[in-house]
Amino acid sequence: MADNVNLSKRRLLTATTAGGVIAAAGAGAPFVLSLMPSERAKAAGAPIEVDVSTIKPGMMISAEWQGKPVWIVRRTKEMLDLLAKHDDKLVDPESSVQQQPNYCHNPYRSIKPEYLVVLGVCTHLGCSPTYRPEVAPADLGKDWPGGWFCPCHGSRFDLAARVYKGVPAPSNLIVPPHKYLSENTLLIGDDSKEAA
Amino acid sequence: MNRLKNLIGWIDARFPLISTFKAHASEYYAPKNFNFWYFFGGLALLVLIIQILSGIFLTMNYKPDALFAFASVEYIMRDVHWGWLLRYIHSTGASMFFVVIYLHMFRGLMYGSYRKPRELLWIIGMIIYLALMGEAFMGYLLPWGQMSFWGAQVIVNLFSSVPFIGSDLAVLIRGDYVVSDITLNRFFALHVIAIPLVLILIIGAHLVALHEVGSNNPDGIEIKKYKDTNGNPLDGIPFFPYMVVKDGVAAIAFLMIFCAIIFFAPDMGGYFLEYNNFVQANPMKTPEHIAPVWYFTPYYAILRAVPPIFGSQFPGVAAMGVATVIFFFLPWLDRGKVKSIRYRGPIYKTFLTLFVISFVGLGWLGLMPSTPTYTVISRILAVVYFAFFLLMPWYTRIDKCKPEPDRVTSK
Amino acid sequence: MKAINKLWILVLLLTVPAMAFASEAGVHLDKAPVDLKNTASLQRGAILFASRCLACHSASYMRYNRLLDIGMTEGQIKKDLELPEDSKLSSTMQAVMDANSAKLAFGIAPPDLSVIARSRSADWLYTYMRTFYVDNNRSSGWNNTTFPDVGMPFVLADLQGKQVLRVENKKGHEIKKLVLESLGSMCTAGYSMCTAGYDATIADLTNYLVFMSDPSKMVRYDLGYIVLGFLFVLLVLVYALKKEVWKDIR
Repeated sequence: MADNVNLSKRRLLTATTAGGVIAAAGAGAPFVLSLMPSERAKAAGAPIEVDVSTIKPGMMISAEWQGKPVWIVRRTKEMLDLLAKHDDKLVDPESSVQQQPNYCHNPYRSIKPEYLVVLGVCTHLGCSPTYRPEVAPADLGKDWPGGWFCPCHGSRFDLAARVYKGVPAPSNLIVPPHKYLSENTLLIGDDSKEAA
Repeated sequence: MNRLKNLIGWIDARFPLISTFKAHASEYYAPKNFNFWYFFGGLALLVLIIQILSGIFLTMNYKPDALFAFASVEYIMRDVHWGWLLRYIHSTGASMFFVVIYLHMFRGLMYGSYRKPRELLWIIGMIIYLALMGEAFMGYLLPWGQMSFWGAQVIVNLFSSVPFIGSDLAVLIRGDYVVSDITLNRFFALHVIAIPLVLILIIGAHLVALHEVGSNNPDGIEIKKYKDTNGNPLDGIPFFPYMVVKDGVAAIAFLMIFCAIIFFAPDMGGYFLEYNNFVQANPMKTPEHIAPVWYFTPYYAILRAVPPIFGSQFPGVAAMGVATVIFFFLPWLDRGKVKSIRYRGPIYKTFLTLFVISFVGLGWLGLMPSTPTYTVISRILAVVYFAFFLLMPWYTRIDKCKPEPDRVTSK
Repeated sequence: MKAINKLWILVLLLTVPAMAFASEAGVHLDKAPVDLKNTASLQRGAILFASRCLACHSASYMRYNRLLDIGMTEGQIKKDLELPEDSKLSSTMQAVMDANSAKLAFGIAPPDLSVIARSRSADWLYTYMRTFYVDNNRSSGWNNTTFPDVGMPFVLADLQGKQVLRVENKKGHEIKKLVLESLGSMCTAGYSMCTAGYDATIADLTNYLVFMSDPSKMVRYDLGYIVLGFLFVLLVLVYALKKEVWKDIR
């Protein structure tokens, strides 16, 4: 008799506890979800369009996407030729670490060899490196083929944004998703087919 | 199982875990004849927790700046994921807090819960009530709608009627010559930090005081008079698990009402969220009809009922102040031989009924625009309101009480 | 008996705040046929809103992509609302006319309409947009019986036609009546049909304004039933547990 009572009490207690846990989870979910980027944040971080035809050969422009700098460099023929000549000094010359979309997994790390699109955020601690396209300047040494130098901790990247050995940054700079809407119009932040 | 025991043992050697649980739950004895009216204390605690949680998440998205406040509320309503739910929880919670607190206070009036030895418990409770009114008033400014602005303007101007220091006092409260961005900013600070801290502290004190003297009950007699051989009250049952499951039923029933409002009628017909508050504050244009939110209207009606004397509004303001503060003196105004309405005579019952009618009636009149007829009714009801308190020493003494039972009764 | 008394007091305490407000100043308002389940009506309202209202009024808290909630696709939003090629769907609805020139033109800046249905009520909007009449004493040439001396000209006159105010004197009582003097484009088959057609158009617009004032309405009613249903199950469980626990008392 007493066992019966205890059994039904235990069952009820289990059911109620389960119900309470579901209720707490259900009530808690909206609170946690409210912490995700809001519609305004999403609108501000929406894909951006850039006209690349205005960039002069060898020059870099900076655009803002999701609050971060995106660099677009128009590389000259000479710059591109130099890219293949220092693979032994790089951490990941083949770009085998997924720091770029598949369509940029090539020696230039870009869709069109001429234009490099890359996030200007150092993979070490998030500083923004300085563009140093000149070859062999006094402060960077005679082996410098042009690239980026991070003023915070001295990380170096070449003109395909690949990281050099022996610097604090562990990996190549990130290439964001992007696509060409037309010959000269670049969409940064969305590479899906529907994106327009 | 053994591990858990070890862990609890480890903690208990360093923190009074088990003894606290025993003192306040498993060996805290509550009268077994608690009825419907005894749910509201626990429910008030539930609403407090709901308000603090939803408030924290609203604060993450709200901007206390006159230029952005109104827009940031709409930002919460539209752009923040589930922001509308957070906002409706908080706005509904504000009104439901007062529903629960008023019923909780009415329970005290019915069963004489303020009488010896619970005078201090009652006084602490009244301080909570006043703090809650301040919290609600400051919070109501934050959406920066027309009603927020003009409501605050009117209430703060009440202080300027205080003789001699009045106008300086009003300026001090606003930090400006009108309700402005500066006022909004400081009300925000008070609403989200200062008053909640005070509330939590005094609610803690309220509970400590309650557990010291023990709960009253619908019979208004002390259960500590008759104890078993272990020294536990014969008419008491341990708070845990009995009262916990009982309050749990009430909590879920309450949450159903709460959710029904949130999901189906968060405006509550313009009473919980006033229509005019969806127009951004405009210091140049007063809305045609200003009424405070419903939980303040009984006092607002008393304010309007008192005619100015020598051109000063102060008597009305003073009457409103006295109407709230007079509750503090209940333990000493009541001279009845018994506590509970069950054993009181017809006079007290009549006065309490009249008081409830006056309170609800004044609340309704406070929402209405004033007309000559309404003013007359307000005056009559205001007299009834004060008569309940001021005549109490007289009518409770002469009232014919029935004998109290020795032990609690059950129905 | 006593229990009934107590219950009565409780009911009184709870219902007083819930009693409805009398509508202000005695203006008669028609009941707006709001139906948020009718997405076709909401979409027609959205298109009308974009083509007629957004010229002068903004809805600056409303993002275009919110129209996905009423069943429009991104392509439809861009095409049906005639958005410029380069505009983003995540942007908010801004008036074509800037606020300053609008203030110069109308004497008052046209209010933002994002939450107008909450401050004015659906019934007011539905009535207001049907009670414009020709008044040559006003600089705009228009007046309104629901909102006397309103600054806004009647921008839907081509749809409704022109109404005039007739004051009749019946047994000492002044009766004001709006009469349609010239017919608008809504009229396909005579007088009564054009009133019905215009009323339906305004019902769509009102419906949309109600949606826009609180888009959470599209989810919260359905969600409310689920939450209440779940809580009811929980209530039954906890009540059974309470009965079980309390068995040994008395």
